[in-house]
Amino acid sequence: MTAAVIVFPGSNCDRDLAVAFEGVTGKKPNMVWHAESELPAGTDLIGLPGGFSYGDYLRSGAMAAVSPVMKAVAAAAARGVPTIGICNGFQLLTEARLLPGALMRNAGLHFICRDAQLRVETSDSPFLRGYEEGERITIPVAHHDGNYQADAETLDRLEGEGRVAFRYVDNINGSARGIAGILSAQRNVLGMMPHPERAFERAHGNTDGRRLFEALVGQIA
Amino acid sequence: MKARVTITLKPGVLDPQGKAIHHALGGLGFDGVEDVRAGKVILLDLADGTPVETIDKMCEQLLANTVIENYKVDVL
Repeated sequence: MTAAVIVFPGSNCDRDLAVAFEGVTGKKPNMVWHAESELPAGTDLIGLPGGFSYGDYLRSGAMAAVSPVMKAVAAAAARGVPTIGICNGFQLLTEARLLPGALMRNAGLHFICRDAQLRVETSDSPFLRGYEEGERITIPVAHHDGNYQADAETLDRLEGEGRVAFRYVDNINGSARGIAGILSAQRNVLGMMPHPERAFERAHGNTDGRRLFEALVGQIA
Repeated sequence: MKARVTITLKPGVLDPQGKAIHHALGGLGFDGVEDVRAGKVILLDLADGTPVETIDKMCEQLLANTVIENYKVDVL
């Protein structure tokens, strides 16, 4: 299994994500700088980390979405390569139109940094098979722009196709229909605001996020 | 040539920033402010003769997120 973590100027969860990938695959992921135009050969797992790429200039994730490496990421995602965007990575996936909707300023205007209770809405994705539908898990959040918004038609489609991955048990940031994470139509692209890589080992106080990464092992050649 | 791109949130899109500004104006004693919407202005210094269609493409591809924002181009 050959994982890639994409690193943008201003990414700050790239190393945490690399530790999580290595923890389940036994192999250090390739750290791929945003200016690259190709992914390493054989890449079969892609992570877009949290942070503040390009200082959140223009809109969170907007500049990163047009960086050279994203064409290769989009092509790999279209081929079915499991691709996860966490926090800033989720913002970037929406800006790159790999996922619908947009992430706006939290309704309460404050940066929110704490554990969040999530409800797992589906287990039908390479990332979600370690969870049971309806299960409640605890994953930390740390974001200012986590307020997921999309038009009613898009939200209905996401719900109708079972593409809502996670919802906040208490809607902490004003997201439409409490959405905390969504899947692409092919279900191999997951964007989520909470940080599963921060709930990976016992020293984190909780390992609910670890199961997301463990679910990947064995599914990818 | 210069162009001004004005980016605003689409009607109906929640604008927490506008709400906060609205609240602060109230706090300063400005009554009668019905609503506040915050947006951004981007000034472009362009090669003469740049077609407006090119500026529209810039807006569609980067300057505005058309999921949530409208944009207006004024050639100055």
